[in-house]
Amino acid sequence: MPLYLNDEQTMLRESAQQFVAEAAPVSHMRALRDANDATGFSRDLWKQFAEMGFTGILIPEADGGLGLGHVEAGVVLEEIGRNLSPSPFLTTAVAAVAALNGTAQRERWFPGILSGETVAALAIDERAKHGDAIGMKAERSGNGFKLTGTKQFVAHGHVADLLIVAARTAGSPEDSDGVTLFAVPKDAANLTADPQRLADASLAARMTFDGVEVDADAVIGEVDGGRTVLNALLGAGRTGAAAEMLGVGGGAMDMTVQYLKERKQFGVLIGSFQALQHRAAHLYSELEVARAAVLKAQQLLDAGDARADEAVSVAKAMAGMASTLAVQEGVQMHGGIGMTDEYDIGFYMKRGRVLAELFGDTNYHADALARAAGY
Amino acid sequence: MTDLDTFRAEARAWLEANVPASMRQPMRGEGDANWGGRKADYSKNPDQKLYMDRMAGRGWTVPDWPKQYGGGGLSAAEAKILREEMAALKCRNPLNSFGISMLGPALLKYGTEEQKLEHLPKIARGEIRWCQGYSEPNAGSDLAGLATSAISDGDDYIVNGQKVWTSYADKADWIFCLVRTSKESKQGGISFLLFDMDSPGVSTKPILLISGYSPFCETFFDNVRVPKKNRIHDENKGWDVAKYLLGHEREMISGMGLASPGGNPLIEGAIATIGLDAQGRLADPILRAQLALFEVRSKAFSAMSERFIDQLKAGQAHPAQPSMMKYYGTELNKDRHELIMASGGSDTLEWESERSNGGAKPRAWLRTKANSIEGGTSEVQLNIVAKRILELPA
Repeated sequence: MPLYLNDEQTMLRESAQQFVAEAAPVSHMRALRDANDATGFSRDLWKQFAEMGFTGILIPEADGGLGLGHVEAGVVLEEIGRNLSPSPFLTTAVAAVAALNGTAQRERWFPGILSGETVAALAIDERAKHGDAIGMKAERSGNGFKLTGTKQFVAHGHVADLLIVAARTAGSPEDSDGVTLFAVPKDAANLTADPQRLADASLAARMTFDGVEVDADAVIGEVDGGRTVLNALLGAGRTGAAAEMLGVGGGAMDMTVQYLKERKQFGVLIGSFQALQHRAAHLYSELEVARAAVLKAQQLLDAGDARADEAVSVAKAMAGMASTLAVQEGVQMHGGIGMTDEYDIGFYMKRGRVLAELFGDTNYHADALARAAGY
Repeated sequence: MTDLDTFRAEARAWLEANVPASMRQPMRGEGDANWGGRKADYSKNPDQKLYMDRMAGRGWTVPDWPKQYGGGGLSAAEAKILREEMAALKCRNPLNSFGISMLGPALLKYGTEEQKLEHLPKIARGEIRWCQGYSEPNAGSDLAGLATSAISDGDDYIVNGQKVWTSYADKADWIFCLVRTSKESKQGGISFLLFDMDSPGVSTKPILLISGYSPFCETFFDNVRVPKKNRIHDENKGWDVAKYLLGHEREMISGMGLASPGGNPLIEGAIATIGLDAQGRLADPILRAQLALFEVRSKAFSAMSERFIDQLKAGQAHPAQPSMMKYYGTELNKDRHELIMASGGSDTLEWESERSNGGAKPRAWLRTKANSIEGGTSEVQLNIVAKRILELPA
């Protein structure tokens, strides 16, 4: 399969470009932030995503979705990144759908995701740095399980209708086996969400599970077999975050290159200075390489290829490096105006930082690649 | 089963049956590369010749060239499958050739039918080894400032001047050469000629490099007579051919940034020298981190190369994209060899010993320093990306 978008994917990109730029440009995100919006995104916009069919991209046709793949989901995510659009698309339509796909839980949750009613959040991380250990306890209780522990960095966790929770049904935190994933509805008792405003103005919750009772049918997949589900979730989430970072990095680069063509100093356009041209050309190169890595991961995930895990880590790590460079170069080449709140480039820096951390940063994935390669 | 699946199965079966086992071993150094040509010596490794001839017999030294010119006539998708299968079986490149990577594409675009039929099949079969006469002592990054002159004399040109950094001029059979046919215009006074290196008046002098090797020569032309029918494209239009060819040269050099198929000598070398700790991690944690971050870039660049070739074959690549590829691939290759040296420690400092295969690693490390200079420096590539892709002001 050639490593570029096919005609249908290119058409989808055009439609996503137009839709997201009109419905949720950077000014939309700025307005939500200025209003100190307590939800963190617009429910109306989420409905519009559903009307466009975007929320069903990864849902199989047999379940009422479009039956498309990670390449198509990435096309939408890149536009979300480029416009810094606050949206539960990544957590809900990408990561949660990947976890629920093919399980008994899908019948309960897919209809709401398809209609734009349901928002999902991912309760995975327990520490400030993403890692593989899962310590939250899930003990047998009556007909189901009782969840005890804390999670953090749960985007949309305070308003989500559905929480995907990784917990431990056997063994100790570092063990690979003994993990189970649960689909927890938002009204569960003894569950508290403490939403925190992050640097990029998005909201992520610190969540406390103080003996949260769930039925046995809340289990996603098999008891003790949650790593399989978690891997599907993380593979989709990481690749999706990488695609969104391409949008953040690409958006920052485009703004910056445009600025170089407009701003004059010493009587000439600053884009004529070779020192800045070389920085911009280097940045372009890094982003192109990251784009190829992300598309490769998407295609391998869609093909169910055994090499997908490696490609996903390469994509997340490379997109992290390239988008981090893009936002830093963006502020530097804008000069003083790049430091002002009034100008949008700083928003790109903040969003890039959040995405770089999500589902494991560049160092996490470089380490994972090294371990897989035996060193 | 689709036609492409059938092609894949047949290609794999043929490769398994026909590629000699020794040609599926990783290359140990530059000496293992086969460049073909009249002066090639296969007495030490007859498998090289056998492999090249078998591949050429199917047109697979140049899989996507048309069959009438010695190619395989494969579609872009088939050629990609062949590359994948050759990589999966760890097949070496059957024929390294500036004829294939540089001159061929330019001939296919700008050559007459007679010129194509004369030269392309010999390139495909590895019969003629080509060198490139571009740079001159006073025309490096400013290539169009070249001065080697070609004066019209009936049906011939008389060529006088000097080239420098001519790769393997002393081993090549023919040269493709930029000459000045007019002083009226800088870029518009250049013509593109082909001639035999055995022509009277051609002489070469190898340049000893910091690696201790002499892959480059100075090349001198003293009243060399070249038939006008050996000119590619119109007189004074050689710069068009030169630029087109440079794009392919940059594409080829960018390939140096790719990890070799099968195994990972960088990581294997580091493990062999440094060892693993109790957790199975490389015992030098800082080097491990450097290697892991390098590997991210290296693997991402492999995807970039795949994407670039796919886009190129589909006519989707930006015309200046080879400059990006050349820049990134060569800088990456320099990083790789710095890490090979750091991983090997004092073992990789030995310059002559048998244990070090005659200093293969330090010499290769030094050779890579030219990657970001030859074929246009990294800075020239960045200039091109800035102006032609980002469209930044002059």
